[in-house]
Amino acid sequence: MIRVVLPYHLRMLAGVQGEVLLEVAAPVTQRTILDALEAKYPMLGGTMRDHATKQRRAFLRFYANQQDLSHQSPDEPLPEPVARGAEPFLVVGAIAGG
Amino acid sequence: MPSVRVLVGTRKGAFILTSDGARKKWDVSGPHFGGWEIYHVKGSPVDPNRLYASQSSGWFGQLIQRSDDGGKTWTPVDNKFVYDGVTGKHQWYDGTPHPWEFKRVWHLEPSLTDADTVYAGVEDAALFRSTDGGASWHELSGLREQGSGANWMPGAGGMGLHTILLDPSNHQRMYIAISAAGVFRTDDGGQSWKPVNRGLRSEFMPNPTAEVGHCVHRIAMHPSKPATLFMQKHWDVMRSDDAGENWVEISGNLPTDFGFPIDVHAHEPETIYVVPIKSDSEHYPPEGKLRVYRSRTGGNDWEPLTKGLPQQDCYVNVLRDAMAVDALDQCGIYFGTTGGQVYASADAGDSWAPIVSHLPAVVAVEVQTLA
Repeated sequence: MIRVVLPYHLRMLAGVQGEVLLEVAAPVTQRTILDALEAKYPMLGGTMRDHATKQRRAFLRFYANQQDLSHQSPDEPLPEPVARGAEPFLVVGAIAGG
Repeated sequence: MPSVRVLVGTRKGAFILTSDGARKKWDVSGPHFGGWEIYHVKGSPVDPNRLYASQSSGWFGQLIQRSDDGGKTWTPVDNKFVYDGVTGKHQWYDGTPHPWEFKRVWHLEPSLTDADTVYAGVEDAALFRSTDGGASWHELSGLREQGSGANWMPGAGGMGLHTILLDPSNHQRMYIAISAAGVFRTDDGGQSWKPVNRGLRSEFMPNPTAEVGHCVHRIAMHPSKPATLFMQKHWDVMRSDDAGENWVEISGNLPTDFGFPIDVHAHEPETIYVVPIKSDSEHYPPEGKLRVYRSRTGGNDWEPLTKGLPQQDCYVNVLRDAMAVDALDQCGIYFGTTGGQVYASADAGDSWAPIVSHLPAVVAVEVQTLA
Protein backbone atom coordinates (compact mmCIF):
# COMPACT_ATOMS: atom_id res chain seq x y z
CA MET A 1 0.00 0.00 0.00
CA ILE A 2 1.15 3.50 -0.77
CA ARG A 3 1.06 5.91 2.14
CA VAL A 4 0.08 9.52 1.50
CA VAL A 5 0.17 12.40 3.97
CA LEU A 6 -2.17 15.26 3.11
CA PRO A 7 -2.15 18.78 4.55
CA TYR A 8 -4.80 19.67 7.13
CA HIS A 9 -7.27 21.34 4.76
CA LEU A 10 -7.24 18.45 2.30
CA ARG A 11 -7.71 15.91 5.10
CA MET A 12 -10.75 17.91 6.24
CA LEU A 13 -12.08 18.12 2.71
CA ALA A 14 -11.64 14.39 2.09
CA GLY A 15 -12.91 13.50 5.54
CA VAL A 16 -9.85 11.45 6.48
CA GLN A 17 -7.64 11.32 9.52
CA GLY A 18 -3.95 10.49 9.49
CA GLU A 19 -2.32 8.91 6.47
CA VAL A 20 -4.26 7.81 3.41
CA LEU A 21 -3.52 4.30 2.15
CA LEU A 22 -3.83 3.66 -1.58
CA GLU A 23 -3.53 0.71 -3.90
CA VAL A 24 -1.38 1.92 -6.78
CA ALA A 25 -0.27 -0.35 -9.61
CA ALA A 26 3.33 -0.07 -10.75
CA PRO A 27 4.98 2.12 -11.80
CA VAL A 28 4.46 4.26 -8.70
CA THR A 29 4.85 7.87 -9.80
CA GLN A 30 3.47 11.24 -8.76
CA ARG A 31 0.88 10.90 -11.49
CA THR A 32 -0.29 7.40 -10.55
CA ILE A 33 -0.50 8.33 -6.87
CA LEU A 34 -2.49 11.50 -7.58
CA ASP A 35 -4.72 9.65 -10.04
CA ALA A 36 -5.50 7.05 -7.38
CA LEU A 37 -5.99 9.70 -4.72
CA GLU A 38 -8.44 11.70 -6.85
CA ALA A 39 -10.29 8.53 -7.86
CA LYS A 40 -10.80 7.55 -4.22
CA TYR A 41 -11.54 11.11 -3.06
CA PRO A 42 -13.08 13.00 -6.01
CA MET A 43 -13.46 16.16 -3.93
CA LEU A 44 -9.67 16.54 -4.07
CA GLY A 45 -9.76 17.00 -7.84
CA GLY A 46 -8.23 20.33 -8.77
CA THR A 47 -6.86 21.02 -5.30
CA MET A 48 -3.35 19.64 -5.85
CA ARG A 49 -2.98 19.99 -9.61
CA ASP A 50 -4.88 21.69 -12.38
CA HIS A 51 -7.84 19.72 -13.71
CA ALA A 52 -6.83 20.14 -17.32
CA THR A 53 -3.06 20.62 -17.46
CA LYS A 54 -2.28 18.40 -14.44
CA GLN A 55 0.29 20.99 -13.42
CA ARG A 56 1.08 21.06 -9.70
CA ARG A 57 -0.53 23.97 -7.87
CA ALA A 58 2.10 26.61 -7.23
CA PHE A 59 1.93 26.65 -3.43
CA LEU A 60 2.10 22.88 -2.96
CA ARG A 61 5.14 20.64 -2.88
CA PHE A 62 5.56 16.88 -3.12
CA TYR A 63 8.14 15.35 -0.79
CA ALA A 64 9.19 11.75 -0.20
CA ASN A 65 12.13 9.98 1.35
CA GLN A 66 13.56 13.33 2.49
CA GLN A 67 13.63 14.66 -1.08
CA ASP A 68 11.71 17.45 -2.79
CA LEU A 69 10.25 15.75 -5.85
CA SER A 70 8.14 18.72 -6.93
CA HIS A 71 10.21 19.55 -9.97
CA GLN A 72 10.64 16.01 -11.20
CA SER A 73 8.57 14.68 -14.06
CA PRO A 74 5.21 13.42 -12.76
CA ASP A 75 5.95 10.18 -14.62
CA GLU A 76 9.31 9.50 -13.01
CA PRO A 77 9.21 6.45 -10.69
CA LEU A 78 9.26 7.46 -7.04
CA PRO A 79 11.95 6.21 -4.64
CA GLU A 80 11.66 2.52 -3.85
CA PRO A 81 10.78 3.03 -0.13
CA VAL A 82 7.69 4.97 -1.25
CA ALA A 83 6.71 2.29 -3.74
CA ARG A 84 6.80 -0.43 -1.08
CA GLY A 85 5.09 1.71 1.57
CA ALA A 86 8.03 2.16 3.91
CA GLU A 87 8.02 5.91 3.40
CA PRO A 88 5.00 8.19 2.83
CA PHE A 89 4.41 10.52 -0.10
CA LEU A 90 3.86 13.97 1.39
CA VAL A 91 1.71 16.72 -0.06
CA VAL A 92 2.96 19.88 1.66
CA GLY A 93 1.48 23.38 1.61
CA ALA A 94 3.77 26.40 1.47
CA ILE A 95 4.37 28.19 4.73
CA ALA A 96 2.57 31.53 4.83
CA GLY A 97 1.68 34.00 7.53
CA GLY A 98 -1.61 35.82 8.06
CA MET B 1 -43.26 33.77 12.77
CA PRO B 2 -40.85 34.72 10.00
CA SER B 3 -37.14 34.43 10.59
CA VAL B 4 -33.96 35.66 8.97
CA ARG B 5 -30.79 33.85 7.98
CA VAL B 6 -27.68 35.89 7.23
CA LEU B 7 -25.00 34.19 5.14
CA VAL B 8 -21.58 35.69 5.75
CA GLY B 9 -18.47 34.96 3.70
CA THR B 10 -15.13 35.95 5.22
CA ARG B 11 -11.42 35.62 4.52
CA LYS B 12 -11.29 32.63 6.86
CA GLY B 13 -14.58 30.81 6.56
CA ALA B 14 -18.35 31.14 6.33
CA PHE B 15 -20.73 32.00 9.15
CA ILE B 16 -24.49 31.66 9.32
CA LEU B 17 -26.44 33.96 11.61
CA THR B 18 -30.06 33.32 12.40
CA SER B 19 -32.73 35.28 14.23
CA ASP B 20 -36.46 35.50 14.54
CA GLY B 21 -38.37 38.35 12.97
CA ALA B 22 -37.53 40.69 15.81
CA ARG B 23 -33.87 40.53 14.73
CA LYS B 24 -32.56 41.30 18.19
CA LYS B 25 -31.00 38.01 19.30
CA TRP B 26 -28.73 36.16 16.91
CA ASP B 27 -27.30 32.68 16.84
CA VAL B 28 -23.96 32.28 15.10
CA SER B 29 -22.97 29.06 13.35
CA GLY B 30 -19.47 28.55 12.02
CA PRO B 31 -16.83 28.81 10.91
CA HIS B 32 -17.82 26.59 8.03
CA PHE B 33 -14.79 25.76 5.85
CA GLY B 34 -12.53 27.36 8.48
CA GLY B 35 -9.35 28.83 7.07
CA TRP B 36 -10.68 29.10 3.50
CA GLU B 37 -11.68 32.28 1.72
CA ILE B 38 -15.42 32.35 1.20
CA TYR B 39 -16.10 34.89 -1.49
CA HIS B 40 -19.87 34.33 -1.51
CA VAL B 41 -22.70 32.24 -0.07
CA LYS B 42 -26.21 32.55 -1.45
CA GLY B 43 -29.48 30.68 -1.13
CA SER B 44 -31.98 29.70 -3.79
CA PRO B 45 -35.15 31.80 -3.80
CA VAL B 46 -37.00 28.65 -4.91
CA ASP B 47 -35.71 26.42 -2.12
CA PRO B 48 -34.20 28.45 0.75
CA ASN B 49 -32.48 25.38 2.18
CA ARG B 50 -30.43 25.08 -1.00
CA LEU B 51 -27.28 27.13 -0.50
CA TYR B 52 -24.24 27.51 -2.71
CA ALA B 53 -20.84 28.63 -1.42
CA SER B 54 -17.67 29.67 -3.19
CA GLN B 55 -14.68 28.35 -1.24
CA SER B 56 -11.15 29.09 -2.37
CA SER B 57 -7.57 29.21 -1.24
CA GLY B 58 -4.24 30.28 -2.67
CA TRP B 59 -2.95 26.80 -1.95
CA PHE B 60 -5.77 24.55 -3.08
CA GLY B 61 -7.71 26.59 -5.63
CA GLN B 62 -11.46 26.73 -6.06
CA LEU B 63 -14.19 24.57 -4.56
CA ILE B 64 -17.96 24.95 -4.72
CA GLN B 65 -19.99 23.69 -1.79
CA ARG B 66 -23.70 22.99 -1.77
CA SER B 67 -26.06 22.57 1.15
CA ASP B 68 -29.57 21.13 0.99
CA ASP B 69 -30.40 21.78 4.64
CA GLY B 70 -29.84 25.49 5.10
CA GLY B 71 -26.13 25.20 5.84
CA LYS B 72 -26.13 22.44 8.45
CA THR B 73 -24.23 20.08 6.13
CA TRP B 74 -22.33 20.69 2.93
CA THR B 75 -21.21 18.66 -0.06
CA PRO B 76 -18.44 19.67 -2.45
CA VAL B 77 -19.73 19.73 -6.02
CA ASP B 78 -17.96 20.25 -9.31
CA ASN B 79 -15.07 22.70 -9.37
CA LYS B 80 -14.08 22.47 -13.02
CA PHE B 81 -14.44 25.94 -14.55
CA VAL B 82 -13.06 25.50 -18.04
CA TYR B 83 -13.39 28.36 -20.50
CA ASP B 84 -15.27 27.41 -23.63
CA GLY B 85 -13.36 27.36 -26.90
CA VAL B 86 -10.53 29.77 -27.57
CA THR B 87 -9.93 31.68 -24.35
CA GLY B 88 -8.38 34.72 -25.99
CA LYS B 89 -6.59 37.58 -24.31
CA HIS B 90 -7.57 40.64 -22.32
CA GLN B 91 -5.56 43.71 -21.44
CA TRP B 92 -2.96 43.26 -18.68
CA TYR B 93 -1.95 45.95 -16.17
CA ASP B 94 0.86 47.11 -18.43
CA GLY B 95 -1.41 47.29 -21.46
CA THR B 96 -0.13 44.12 -23.08
CA PRO B 97 -2.44 41.24 -24.09
CA HIS B 98 -2.75 38.58 -21.40
CA PRO B 99 -4.47 35.19 -21.71
CA TRP B 100 -7.61 34.51 -19.71
CA GLU B 101 -6.79 32.39 -16.64
CA PHE B 102 -9.35 31.05 -14.19
CA LYS B 103 -8.59 32.15 -10.63
CA ARG B 104 -11.72 31.98 -8.48
CA VAL B 105 -15.48 32.33 -8.26
CA TRP B 106 -16.49 35.74 -6.94
CA HIS B 107 -20.26 35.47 -6.99
CA LEU B 108 -22.94 32.76 -7.14
CA GLU B 109 -26.44 33.73 -8.26
CA PRO B 110 -29.10 31.03 -7.93
CA SER B 111 -31.91 31.06 -10.49
CA LEU B 112 -35.21 32.70 -9.61
CA THR B 113 -37.15 29.68 -10.89
CA ASP B 114 -35.06 26.51 -10.48
CA ALA B 115 -33.06 25.51 -7.41
CA ASP B 116 -30.68 23.41 -9.52
CA THR B 117 -29.73 26.30 -11.78
CA VAL B 118 -27.08 28.69 -10.55
CA TYR B 119 -24.78 31.20 -12.23
CA ALA B 120 -21.16 31.77 -11.26
CA GLY B 121 -19.23 34.97 -11.93
CA VAL B 122 -15.53 34.24 -12.05
CA GLU B 123 -12.09 35.82 -12.30
CA ASP B 124 -10.72 36.16 -14.99
CA ALA B 125 -14.08 37.53 -16.00
CA ALA B 126 -16.55 35.04 -17.38
CA LEU B 127 -20.01 33.72 -16.59
CA PHE B 128 -20.68 30.03 -15.93
CA ARG B 129 -23.96 28.21 -15.36
CA SER B 130 -24.87 24.94 -13.74
CA THR B 131 -28.29 23.38 -14.33
CA ASP B 132 -27.68 20.33 -12.15
CA GLY B 133 -27.13 21.80 -8.72
CA GLY B 134 -23.43 22.40 -9.24
CA ALA B 135 -22.60 18.93 -10.55
CA SER B 136 -21.19 20.49 -13.72
CA TRP B 137 -20.42 23.98 -14.98
CA HIS B 138 -20.54 25.37 -18.50
CA GLU B 139 -19.44 28.79 -19.64
CA LEU B 140 -21.87 31.20 -21.30
CA SER B 141 -19.04 32.20 -23.59
CA GLY B 142 -21.06 34.71 -25.59
CA LEU B 143 -20.15 37.25 -22.91
CA ARG B 144 -16.39 36.78 -23.12
CA GLU B 145 -16.60 36.57 -26.91
CA GLN B 146 -18.87 39.61 -27.14
CA GLY B 147 -16.16 41.50 -29.00
CA SER B 148 -14.72 43.96 -26.50
CA GLY B 149 -12.85 41.45 -24.33
CA ALA B 150 -9.45 42.52 -25.60
CA ASN B 151 -10.07 45.89 -23.93
CA TRP B 152 -11.13 44.54 -20.53
CA MET B 153 -8.52 44.87 -17.81
CA PRO B 154 -8.20 43.82 -14.19
CA GLY B 155 -8.70 46.27 -11.37
CA ALA B 156 -6.29 46.10 -8.46
CA GLY B 157 -8.35 43.25 -7.02
CA GLY B 158 -8.38 41.23 -10.23
CA MET B 159 -10.66 41.04 -13.26
CA GLY B 160 -13.69 39.62 -11.56
CA LEU B 161 -17.27 39.21 -12.70
CA HIS B 162 -18.79 40.22 -9.40
CA THR B 163 -22.45 41.07 -9.99
CA ILE B 164 -25.23 39.05 -11.62
CA LEU B 165 -28.74 40.51 -11.71
CA LEU B 166 -31.62 38.37 -12.98
CA ASP B 167 -34.68 40.21 -14.29
CA PRO B 168 -37.73 38.70 -12.57
CA SER B 169 -40.06 40.01 -15.26
CA ASN B 170 -38.11 38.65 -18.21
CA HIS B 171 -36.19 35.42 -17.73
CA GLN B 172 -34.23 36.00 -20.91
CA ARG B 173 -32.71 39.20 -19.53
CA MET B 174 -29.86 39.51 -17.09
CA TYR B 175 -27.11 41.94 -16.27
CA ILE B 176 -23.56 41.32 -15.14
CA ALA B 177 -20.80 43.68 -14.06
CA ILE B 178 -17.04 43.30 -14.33
CA SER B 179 -14.15 45.23 -12.82
CA ALA B 180 -12.83 46.80 -14.95
CA ALA B 181 -14.97 46.36 -18.01
CA GLY B 182 -18.42 47.60 -17.04
CA VAL B 183 -22.01 46.41 -17.28
CA PHE B 184 -23.26 43.96 -19.92
CA ARG B 185 -26.82 42.85 -20.67
CA THR B 186 -28.25 39.80 -22.35
CA ASP B 187 -31.80 39.62 -23.70
CA ASP B 188 -31.59 36.02 -24.87
CA GLY B 189 -30.79 34.05 -21.76
CA GLY B 190 -27.04 34.56 -21.91
CA GLN B 191 -26.27 33.65 -25.50
CA SER B 192 -25.38 37.16 -26.64
CA TRP B 193 -24.39 40.24 -24.71
CA LYS B 194 -23.89 43.94 -25.22
CA PRO B 195 -22.08 46.54 -23.12
CA VAL B 196 -24.48 49.04 -21.51
CA ASN B 197 -22.23 51.77 -20.17
CA ARG B 198 -23.35 54.95 -21.94
CA GLY B 199 -23.16 57.87 -19.55
CA LEU B 200 -20.36 56.44 -17.42
CA ARG B 201 -17.24 58.55 -17.15
CA SER B 202 -13.97 57.18 -15.75
CA GLU B 203 -11.05 59.56 -15.61
CA PHE B 204 -8.49 56.77 -15.31
CA MET B 205 -9.24 55.71 -18.88
CA PRO B 206 -7.58 57.29 -21.93
CA ASN B 207 -11.07 57.86 -23.28
CA PRO B 208 -13.13 58.49 -20.14
CA THR B 209 -16.42 57.69 -21.89
CA ALA B 210 -15.30 54.57 -23.77
CA GLU B 211 -17.82 51.79 -24.30
CA VAL B 212 -15.94 49.40 -21.97
CA GLY B 213 -13.20 49.60 -19.36
CA HIS B 214 -15.18 51.16 -16.51
CA CYS B 215 -14.58 49.92 -12.98
CA VAL B 216 -18.16 49.25 -11.96
CA HIS B 217 -18.17 48.14 -8.32
CA ARG B 218 -21.78 47.04 -7.96
CA ILE B 219 -25.20 47.30 -9.56
CA ALA B 220 -28.56 46.74 -7.88
CA MET B 221 -32.18 46.44 -8.94
CA HIS B 222 -35.57 46.35 -7.24
CA PRO B 223 -37.58 43.38 -8.52
CA SER B 224 -40.72 45.47 -9.02
CA LYS B 225 -38.88 47.94 -11.24
CA PRO B 226 -36.35 45.87 -13.16
CA ALA B 227 -35.54 48.43 -15.85
CA THR B 228 -34.17 50.77 -13.19
CA LEU B 229 -30.62 49.99 -12.14
CA PHE B 230 -28.44 51.64 -9.50
CA MET B 231 -24.65 51.59 -9.66
CA GLN B 232 -21.78 52.27 -7.33
CA LYS B 233 -18.87 52.88 -9.67
CA HIS B 234 -15.23 53.25 -8.65
CA TRP B 235 -16.13 56.91 -8.37
CA ASP B 236 -19.72 58.08 -8.96
CA VAL B 237 -23.11 56.72 -7.99
CA MET B 238 -25.29 56.29 -11.08
CA ARG B 239 -28.75 55.19 -12.16
CA SER B 240 -30.36 54.00 -15.35
CA ASP B 241 -34.08 53.93 -16.09
CA ASP B 242 -33.85 52.18 -19.42
CA ALA B 243 -32.23 48.82 -18.62
CA GLY B 244 -28.73 50.21 -18.70
CA GLU B 245 -28.93 51.97 -22.05
CA ASN B 246 -28.19 55.34 -20.46
CA TRP B 247 -26.77 56.22 -17.06
CA VAL B 248 -26.96 59.48 -15.11
CA GLU B 249 -25.06 60.48 -12.02
CA ILE B 250 -26.97 60.63 -8.73
CA SER B 251 -24.09 61.25 -6.32
CA GLY B 252 -25.75 64.50 -5.19
CA ASN B 253 -24.75 65.53 -1.69
CA LEU B 254 -22.74 62.43 -0.75
CA PRO B 255 -19.55 63.31 1.15
CA THR B 256 -17.65 61.15 -1.35
CA ASP B 257 -19.01 59.10 -4.21
CA PHE B 258 -16.39 56.38 -4.00
CA GLY B 259 -17.52 53.12 -2.46
CA PHE B 260 -18.31 49.51 -3.13
CA PRO B 261 -21.83 48.23 -2.29
CA ILE B 262 -25.19 49.65 -3.27
CA ASP B 263 -28.55 48.13 -2.44
CA VAL B 264 -32.28 48.83 -2.66
CA HIS B 265 -34.92 48.75 0.09
CA ALA B 266 -37.05 45.61 -0.19
CA HIS B 267 -40.36 47.48 -0.46
CA GLU B 268 -39.41 50.96 -1.70
CA PRO B 269 -37.82 50.82 -5.15
CA GLU B 270 -36.55 54.40 -4.90
CA THR B 271 -34.90 53.98 -1.50
CA ILE B 272 -31.25 53.09 -1.91
CA TYR B 273 -28.19 52.67 0.30
CA VAL B 274 -24.46 53.22 -0.15
CA VAL B 275 -21.45 53.33 2.16
CA PRO B 276 -19.20 56.25 1.13
CA ILE B 277 -15.48 55.52 1.30
CA LYS B 278 -12.95 58.34 1.37
CA SER B 279 -11.09 57.53 -1.84
CA ASP B 280 -9.60 54.85 -4.02
CA SER B 281 -6.28 55.50 -2.33
CA GLU B 282 -7.71 55.27 1.20
CA HIS B 283 -10.20 52.48 1.50
CA TYR B 284 -11.85 53.66 4.71
CA PRO B 285 -14.73 55.94 5.66
CA PRO B 286 -14.19 59.70 5.59
CA GLU B 287 -13.36 61.28 8.97
CA GLY B 288 -13.21 57.86 10.62
CA LYS B 289 -17.03 57.82 10.71
CA LEU B 290 -18.82 54.74 9.44
CA ARG B 291 -21.96 56.10 7.79
CA VAL B 292 -24.50 54.47 5.56
CA TYR B 293 -26.18 56.98 3.28
CA ARG B 294 -29.80 56.55 2.29
CA SER B 295 -31.68 58.24 -0.48
CA ARG B 296 -35.47 57.99 -0.50
CA THR B 297 -35.65 59.75 -3.85
CA GLY B 298 -33.67 57.36 -6.01
CA GLY B 299 -30.48 59.36 -5.59
CA ASN B 300 -29.11 62.91 -5.39
CA ASP B 301 -30.66 63.66 -1.97
CA TRP B 302 -28.84 61.57 0.60
CA GLU B 303 -29.07 61.40 4.39
CA PRO B 304 -26.39 59.96 6.68
CA LEU B 305 -27.43 57.06 8.89
CA THR B 306 -25.21 56.98 11.96
CA LYS B 307 -27.20 55.80 14.97
CA GLY B 308 -25.40 52.77 16.38
CA LEU B 309 -22.47 52.98 13.95
CA PRO B 310 -18.97 54.02 15.11
CA GLN B 311 -18.51 57.75 14.59
CA GLN B 312 -14.86 58.05 15.46
CA ASP B 313 -11.65 56.16 14.75
CA CYS B 314 -13.31 53.75 12.34
CA TYR B 315 -11.16 52.73 9.37
CA VAL B 316 -12.82 49.61 8.03
CA ASN B 317 -14.02 49.05 4.48
CA VAL B 318 -17.29 47.54 3.25
CA LEU B 319 -16.75 45.38 0.19
CA ARG B 320 -19.02 45.20 -2.85
CA ASP B 321 -20.85 41.98 -2.00
CA ALA B 322 -21.13 42.75 1.71
CA MET B 323 -24.52 44.48 1.87
CA ALA B 324 -27.99 42.92 1.69
CA VAL B 325 -31.59 43.54 2.68
CA ASP B 326 -34.27 41.30 4.12
CA ALA B 327 -37.92 41.31 3.04
CA LEU B 328 -39.69 41.60 6.39
CA ASP B 329 -42.40 44.24 6.66
CA GLN B 330 -39.94 46.58 8.33
CA CYS B 331 -37.05 46.13 5.91
CA GLY B 332 -33.77 45.06 7.47
CA ILE B 333 -30.43 46.25 6.10
CA TYR B 334 -27.18 44.37 6.73
CA PHE B 335 -23.55 44.98 5.93
CA GLY B 336 -20.21 43.47 6.89
CA THR B 337 -16.85 45.15 7.31
CA THR B 338 -13.24 44.27 6.74
CA GLY B 339 -12.92 44.63 10.52
CA GLY B 340 -15.12 41.58 11.05
CA GLN B 341 -18.34 43.25 12.18
CA VAL B 342 -21.74 42.59 10.67
CA TYR B 343 -24.12 45.47 11.36
CA ALA B 344 -27.88 45.19 11.03
CA SER B 345 -30.71 47.65 11.04
CA ALA B 346 -34.23 46.35 11.64
CA ASP B 347 -35.75 49.75 10.80
CA ALA B 348 -34.58 50.41 7.25
CA GLY B 349 -31.38 52.06 8.39
CA ASP B 350 -32.60 54.44 11.09
CA SER B 351 -30.62 52.59 13.78
CA TRP B 352 -27.92 49.95 13.72
CA ALA B 353 -26.29 47.39 15.96
CA PRO B 354 -23.55 44.85 15.40
CA ILE B 355 -24.98 41.33 15.27
CA VAL B 356 -21.49 39.81 15.38
CA SER B 357 -18.30 41.73 16.01
CA HIS B 358 -15.11 39.75 15.71
CA LEU B 359 -15.21 37.70 12.53
CA PRO B 360 -12.40 37.59 9.99
CA ALA B 361 -12.63 40.29 7.32
CA VAL B 362 -16.11 40.09 5.78
CA VAL B 363 -16.23 39.63 2.03
CA ALA B 364 -19.91 38.90 1.42
CA VAL B 365 -23.28 39.20 3.17
CA GLU B 366 -26.53 37.75 1.91
CA VAL B 367 -29.87 37.54 3.69
CA GLN B 368 -32.69 35.04 3.46
CA THR B 369 -36.14 35.88 4.74
CA LEU B 370 -37.74 32.62 5.85
CA ALA B 371 -41.44 31.97 6.32
